[in-house]
Amino acid sequence: MEDNGSLNPDNGTAGEHFNLRLFIAGSSPVSARAIKNIRDICEEFLKNRYTLEIIDAHQQPLLVRDENVTAIPMLIKKTPSPKKRLIGDFSNLEKVLIGLGIR
Amino acid sequence: MAKTKKQPEVPAIGAISKTLTGISGLDEITLGGLPAGRPTLICGEAGSGKTLFSIEFIVKGALDYNEPGIFMAFEEKAEELKTNVASLGFDLDKLEREKKIRIDYVHIDRAEIEETGEYDLEGLFIRLGYAIDSIGAKRVVLDTIENLFSGLKNEGILRAEIRRLFQFLKSKGVTAVITGERGENSLTRQGLEEYVSDCVILLDHRIINQISTRRLRIVKYRGSVHGTNEYPFLIDDEGISVLPVTSLELNKDVSSQSISSGVPALDKMLGNAGFYKGSSILTSGTAGTGKTSIAASFANATCLRKERCLFFAFEESPKQIIRNMRSIGMDLQKHVDKGNLEFYASRPTLFGLEMHLVAIHKAIRKFKPDVVILDPITNLITIGSVSEVKTMLVRLIDFLQTEQITVMFTALTLNNIVNEQTDEGVSSLVDAWLLIRDIENNGERNRGLYIMKSRGMKHSNQIREFIITDKGLDLVDVFLTEEGVLTGSAREARLLLEQTGEIIHEQAISRKDRELSRKRKVLESKIDSLRSEYESAEEELNKVYVEEALKKQIMGDTLSKITDLRRGTLSMQEKSTSKKGKK
Repeated sequence: MEDNGSLNPDNGTAGEHFNLRLFIAGSSPVSARAIKNIRDICEEFLKNRYTLEIIDAHQQPLLVRDENVTAIPMLIKKTPSPKKRLIGDFSNLEKVLIGLGIR
Repeated sequence: MAKTKKQPEVPAIGAISKTLTGISGLDEITLGGLPAGRPTLICGEAGSGKTLFSIEFIVKGALDYNEPGIFMAFEEKAEELKTNVASLGFDLDKLEREKKIRIDYVHIDRAEIEETGEYDLEGLFIRLGYAIDSIGAKRVVLDTIENLFSGLKNEGILRAEIRRLFQFLKSKGVTAVITGERGENSLTRQGLEEYVSDCVILLDHRIINQISTRRLRIVKYRGSVHGTNEYPFLIDDEGISVLPVTSLELNKDVSSQSISSGVPALDKMLGNAGFYKGSSILTSGTAGTGKTSIAASFANATCLRKERCLFFAFEESPKQIIRNMRSIGMDLQKHVDKGNLEFYASRPTLFGLEMHLVAIHKAIRKFKPDVVILDPITNLITIGSVSEVKTMLVRLIDFLQTEQITVMFTALTLNNIVNEQTDEGVSSLVDAWLLIRDIENNGERNRGLYIMKSRGMKHSNQIREFIITDKGLDLVDVFLTEEGVLTGSAREARLLLEQTGEIIHEQAISRKDRELSRKRKVLESKIDSLRSEYESAEEELNKVYVEEALKKQIMGDTLSKITDLRRGTLSMQEKSTSKKGKK
């Protein structure tokens, strides 16, 4: 539950800070693709106002259970509300943006 | 992956290893339980008992077989589940603390989820794998995995993942139960049966005539023999009980020991002994003929022998029966208090016939009686057809005979024309059949009892009048007259008549006796008078003779006197008389 929220104080424009947690499974191609895609998206749309935590599900099975993770890769948007879960490799940009509530 | 060591446990070719479920009855039907280390699909409509079935599989495994289990719930939250099964006495919290079970609630809310590309269900695998390894689980339940389909859109991925999941479970060596909702034209909505190829069990919840019956059927069990029928099952405060019905063979042990019916006169009719132990007895009759009284009397006799009796009452409440039987001099309460007698009262319409059978089975297994009474079976007709009732009773008799339990049924014959047929058609099944019929005569109704049959026993062919007094039941001989069979007051009247007749007859005899003695007296007196007459005649006759003799003598004397006188002196006279005498 470590939160590095204060690491990137926002530069003011869009307001809210995004707390994101990404569950991936080892070094599978899908996982690698997911990490890359979500990083790109965040950098482009949420520059300086997001925290992305990447968790390997294999390493933290208890967290997987506590966070009720089923499909992987899964990105959990903890804040701002509403809480959302995004699954897949984030190749569909439109859907990722809808899911994050950016668009 | 450590569990792959279990693989060599698979026994020799031809027999697959099985895991006992612990669900009463199911292990009999499956001849040993579910296939070990493989997934089993349990499907059925909503409310058919799938979840309960699977939770019992887990709990029994943990409690009875020391096999920890994982319950992965896709439908109910862990708390809900715990509350739901607490009524069955399953304390999931405790088991969880003891690391015997683990409940994992998997929830997928479609509104919360956005699918943005390719994914898999690795998260689920990780959770499951971790749970299995953490408590060394041998059993896994997925209830119901189909809920994934409502949460996730990509069916292609889901199907591939489910297939992978089953492979995963097999590789873990766990015995898994997967539940699935019944579909329109298939066993499950999502066709899970195509992934689970080893064992499929179908649960059914049917409502016929507004009465529900739960049934279970093994659709498929690869590599194993299994019962193919539909088996009724019951869900009650002890969980699920499946009824393995009808052993098809007729090779039961029989006893030649006999037990009293409780009515001495009836025992006398039954070859002086009563019924055979372990036999089935039918008591039929029209309304108010005293069937329950006979049954209660049998129960009473059983308890007096210090044996146990289980009384299934489908018509009256136990209290009612006890009160009624007290009026005929039977104290059943005493036996209830001692624990020899137990009543099991239920309305026939409470649940379906099969459920009754299951309930009866359960009660019998629990109480272990020597005698079982069902009063009356006719009431079961209200919830099933004749043939259904008959099948049920066949099964019941079957079960009771294997357990060497004597059973008495009572049946109501609905019409006054006793056509020697019970409506249930059980007459051919029972060993002994007592028939009580009304005999209507002279403006009154009496009961006549006779034994229609009693297998393997010399029994009376007589009709006896069956009377209920405040001291109990009794049978008395009826009167057979030219007017027919006499019972009740007619019998009493006849008895009275005969008694009067006897007195009159006696009177007549004594009168005749007296007459005779009088006659004798008359005759005797006549004889007396004749005798005295004779005596007097004889006397007369004798008198004549004597007179004659006297006359002769006197004449003789006189003659000699005269002669002497003629001859001379007085002294001479004396001599001459003596001389004369010499001459």
